[in-house]
Amino acid sequence: MLHTLGLLLGCQLLGEITVRGFGIVMPGPVLGLALLVLFLRALPTLGDQVRPTITVMLAHLSFLFVPAGVGVIGNFEVLLDDGLTLLFILTLSTVFSMLATVGTFVGVRHLIERRAA
Amino acid sequence: MTDVANLWSYLSTTPLIWLTTTILAYLAADGVARRLGHPPWANPVLLSVLLIAPVLWLTRTDYTTYFEGAQFIHFLLGPATVALALPLWDNRATIRTTVAPIMLALFAGSIVAAGSAILLARAFGLPMEVLLSLAPKSTTAPVALGISEAIGGLPALTAVLVILTGIIGAVTVTPLMNLLRITDWRARGFAVGVAAHGIGTARAFQVNPVAGAYAGIAMALNALLTSLIVPVLVRWLI
Repeated sequence: MLHTLGLLLGCQLLGEITVRGFGIVMPGPVLGLALLVLFLRALPTLGDQVRPTITVMLAHLSFLFVPAGVGVIGNFEVLLDDGLTLLFILTLSTVFSMLATVGTFVGVRHLIERRAA
Repeated sequence: MTDVANLWSYLSTTPLIWLTTTILAYLAADGVARRLGHPPWANPVLLSVLLIAPVLWLTRTDYTTYFEGAQFIHFLLGPATVALALPLWDNRATIRTTVAPIMLALFAGSIVAAGSAILLARAFGLPMEVLLSLAPKSTTAPVALGISEAIGGLPALTAVLVILTGIIGAVTVTPLMNLLRITDWRARGFAVGVAAHGIGTARAFQVNPVAGAYAGIAMALNALLTSLIVPVLVRWLI
């Protein structure tokens, strides 16, 4: 567990240093993710070593969002008088985005499969 | 009574009490969600918040004090994002066969997420700074805050909108995809990752590991794309 945590934090740190050092518009952890993929590729046994800890971590990913979620309640007044309108817009826009994504994904996949067949 | 007051004044200055409260609230929320078979509306983030909020209100604890304890959990979002590399790696064979759907769906979903928010905000006549705060709402919080600040939005408002978007996406994805009869876990996961970042990804991992892997890819790619397209969309659509 400690090895995995060290590796994850190390990748994040390298990501943060690179992002800040070169002024890249990308969060450090996302670059850290890419780095970890490279490590997993370079070391074939690494995946099995980190799997137990990472599986638990990702199964409880929701837990890590609770403090930020409580922040929504704590900062509800920033929604001003537009609270209901904003909730309505967020719901519509999120559904539209999922429709566009899933429609494109399935559509393109079908096109490719048809051409291959 | 003084003893209780003393104990409280001691506890309220350490991170222990709010860290413990957060873990217990989540365990209770997750336990309920699990027992019910993870129905979409029993979102663990939402349920936990609904359990913690009254406790903070009753003890008259402000968010800053709460966050001194909860920050240790919040901090783990960074390493958890890095950890998404493993499901990505484990699913590399199927990912390799879906590169074209991934890239095109990413563009479509990312543009619609920001574009529809901007157009709806305009249609409802919302103030410009609210509109600008809304535009990056589908991407992961640190990126969204950076974009909001750069284009003249209010980062504090964006922070709230990002979390609400995540919860809305996590709650609506399952009924929406079932309604559309989408059975491809890759497509389902990818959609919620683009539209609802990490909270959507957390939901995807609850439902199916392949959906989780694709949601993670979507979230990471959308963090990059949103920061490129939102400034352009804002210029075009306003």
